[in-house]
Formats: sequence, C-alpha cells, structure tokens
Amino acid sequence: MEFRAASDQTMLVYLGEEIGLASHQRVCKLLRLLQEEPIAWVRNLQPAYCSLLVSFDPSQVEHREVEATLRRYDQRAVNMALPEPRSVEIPVCYGGEFGPDLDEVAATHKLSASRVIELHLSRTYRAYFLGFAPGFAYLGDLAPEIATPRLATPRKNVAAGSVGIAGAQTAVYPFATPGGWRLIGQTPLEMFRKDRTPMGLIAMGDEVRFRAITREEFAAWPPP
Amino acid sequence: MSSLVVENPGLLTTVQDLGRPGYGPLGVSPSGAADSVALRLGNMLVGNAQGAAALEMMLVGGRYTFPEGGVISMAGADFGANLNGQAIEMWIPHAVHPGGTLELGLTRTGARCYLCIASGIQVQHFLGSASTHLLSGLGGFAGRGLRKGDVLQFGAVEQRIRRRRISAKVLETLEARKCLRVTPGPQADWFSEAAKLAFYEGAFRVSEDADRLGLRLEAASLAPESPREMISEGVSLGAVQVTPSGQLIILFVEQQTAGGYPKIANVIGADLHCIGQLRPRDEVTFARVSLEEARALWMAQERLLNSGEELFA
Repeated sequence: MEFRAASDQTMLVYLGEEIGLASHQRVCKLLRLLQEEPIAWVRNLQPAYCSLLVSFDPSQVEHREVEATLRRYDQRAVNMALPEPRSVEIPVCYGGEFGPDLDEVAATHKLSASRVIELHLSRTYRAYFLGFAPGFAYLGDLAPEIATPRLATPRKNVAAGSVGIAGAQTAVYPFATPGGWRLIGQTPLEMFRKDRTPMGLIAMGDEVRFRAITREEFAAWPPP
Repeated sequence: MSSLVVENPGLLTTVQDLGRPGYGPLGVSPSGAADSVALRLGNMLVGNAQGAAALEMMLVGGRYTFPEGGVISMAGADFGANLNGQAIEMWIPHAVHPGGTLELGLTRTGARCYLCIASGIQVQHFLGSASTHLLSGLGGFAGRGLRKGDVLQFGAVEQRIRRRRISAKVLETLEARKCLRVTPGPQADWFSEAAKLAFYEGAFRVSEDADRLGLRLEAASLAPESPREMISEGVSLGAVQVTPSGQLIILFVEQQTAGGYPKIANVIGADLHCIGQLRPRDEVTFARVSLEEARALWMAQERLLNSGEELFA
C-alpha cells in the first residue's frame, strides 16, 4: 500500500503494481468498505486497475490523516468477502460499418477477421473499473494475440455502442464521444440510461462476455 | 413560474451549478461551473444559494428575453452586457421588467460569464445536480448547449432587489490569475530536473483545443526522462498531464475520470476557478507551492466566500 498526494485535495492510494485480479479485488474491497461506512470528509472516489483516488474536503482533514484513516480501512477491507461477480452478456455485430478497424486489427496480427472475432469472443472479461465517460467499463484481459495499441489520432466521434480494443483492454462506448480505441463491432444495447436502475449495464467487478449477432439481428433489436 | 427565452445562445451556453461530486465509481466526472467562484458570487447577488443553477456562457454571450421579468446578475468575465439596449454593470443585481432583453457580446476579459437569475434555473437533476455534462449529453437543459428558441424555467420572484455590489477588494482578491499555483503531481519524480525547470520557469500558450474537458497548452517538449508504461489511474481536477510527445493538458471539470499520462503537477483548489477564465492564446505560468500553503489558500478563499456581508461594498 502506497500513498501519494495527487493534489492539495486528493490522495492516490496504490494497492498493487500490476493489472490483474489480485489488485482489482483489493481496490474493490477498499471501495466497498468506504461505500458501506462512508467518511464525512470524502467527496469522491475514483477506482482504477490498481489504485483508488480519494478526493477529500481539505477544510476537514489533511493528507496525513487521510492516509492513516485509509490504512485502517484497508486493514479491515482485506478480510471482506466480495459478492460473486454478476454475469453480463453483450451482443455485438462485428465488422463492416459497425467495426471499421476490424480488418486493420486482423492485418496487424496476420490473422483473419473471423479469427479476431473468435478470439474476442473467447474470453470472460472482468470489468476492472469505470472511467472515461459515464458507464465506460475497462474490460480485461484481451487475448494477447489481438492486443493492439490505440489509434495514433483518436476519432472525433465514435458511435454509441461501439466495441473497441486498446492494448490488452476492450470496452463498449456508452455514448457518442471522441475515442482512440480500435473499433471492431457495435452493440445495439443502450449501455447507460439515466432513467434505468442501475443506470449502467456494466458495473465494476462484473464478468462480461460478448456474443456475436448478425446485421439482421442488430437492425431488429430487441429480438421479439 | 417565470421563463427565459433563448434568442441567440452565443458560442456555447450551458446550465451549470456546482456539479455532482461522488459518482466516480460510475465513471461520472463532477462537471459543474468552470469558474465556480464567479457562479457563487453571482448567485449571492440575486439572493440565491451559492450553488443555484445558472447559465455559463463561453467567449460570446448571446441574447435572452424574460417574458415575465426577473432579477439577474452577471459574474465572471465581462461580456459587455446590455439590458434593453442600455449597458449594465457586472457584479450587481438588476431588475428585468417583463419582456426585457439581455444581450451580451464578445468577451472583454476572461473566458466565461455567468448569468445568474433569482431563484435559480430549474431543470431536471441528473445524479443530484443541474450541471450539463456535454460529453455524455446528460444533465442541464436536454444534456446540451442552449439553442435558439429554448425556453428555460425559473421560479417567479418579487421584483424587489437588494442593490449591493461585490466589493472591489473582494474582486481583486478573487481575480482569475494567469499564474496558476500548483503542487507536484503524483508522477512529478518521473521528470528530469531540466523538464521541471522548463515547466516552472516557462510560459505556455493555451491552444484552441481548450474546453470543459481539458485545456491543451502549446509547450516545448517536456517528455519524461525515460518513457515508462503507466497503468491508468484516477485523475484529479486540475491535473497537469504530460503526453508522450511532451504536450501539457490541464484536466478540467468534464474531465475523463481516469487516465494513463504522467502528471507533473496539479493546480491547487484555490486556483481551479482561474482555469475557467483561460482563453485560447492566453499565456499561463505555473508556480509551485507546498500542500500546506495550498490548504491555507483554500481555507482563506472559502472563509472569504462564506463571509456574508463582508463580500459586499
């Protein structure tokens, strides 16, 4: 456990040094305890792969006390049991206008497009955390054969529902936003809706699988 | 209810309050007014709670009519406001008679001017706030910037106003600085002494790529000494990121909540509002302060903003 002041009102807590289930579960546990037993001076919490950014009210507390309190929380959190992960299935129409980068990803790795799809479908992904935009879940880990760096120049506009890959991660864009991930498909699902509980389809800690659907199924979504 | 009709929305006018902190686990950044100090003062002038929802205008004001009238104030940058063709002052409340028209032009000073209205603008809240989050199209008025013909609601109020202005001394103390005070960022030790010197001694021009998500600065290369692979982590409001090509980006109110670029510094809480007044082509510098100094500056600013009568001339 390592602490670093990120600003005069935030503290970064590092709970691991590499992306993986061990770091993820430690972050989940500390976050969960902080949500179950909230602290008055905590203003916001931003989990990531191996860290938790804690924003606090500087009129109530200093970094030293933040660190001491979070150490106590973490000591208790490590023994917590996490609930069984939820399973979420995301239907995806791969390639074509839905996945404009599929062929390039395939060419980069000297694979066929259908092999890239197969590899993307082959794994159950962990939703490590949500960030970037509301409901945007960082899913990992991708099969190493199709791990691909981000685009050198991000797109100005990525369609909502686009499924992208970047490095060893994959994700679904909940909104039409700029984005630098390589797009291989698109889901007809609305990933984030403010009039739904919960608003996001994917929550931190979920297990996510993708399922291939045809263009016809995409066009006729939801199925009868 | 009273209404405000958008005749011309300017460049980008959005409904903002003090934002929605606390939803980081959902990937939702707090959003809120880019210059929260101006919003709070403007609201106090019209008798509102400091965090009431108001209109945030960027660089160009626009034209608005008030069919039922209202009480308004302008705070932040000076956009040359006219009420029914007469120039009106900032930092003081004005009564608008039914059918009155407010027109604002190009900015003369900073980047954002707030139009605060007695009783506050009423929109449906998203996660506890009226703030517009443009990236996701959530919150505010239909989740977007205002358009010609939009009609916004606010509570009907008496036309009686308490005509008092924010004191010149308070405005001077809270003036938007172009020398931003910072504390070291979590990866400050990734940068060479030469890069840090260049950062603290240099002056940086705000590029055209500057909005509520972040401000890109034109900079000589400040790339980390040895490029390291960084694992994405939560990022603070006002973080100064350095991209692999050595560009500086200040993360702002609608920031992405996590990122994988190293942060050389972070703007202190007391100066975050100054970022909201930076315009493209403005020149900024950075001055390092300690965490203790930053905290003291924040506490002093909060004391001043909450000092009630002492704010007014």
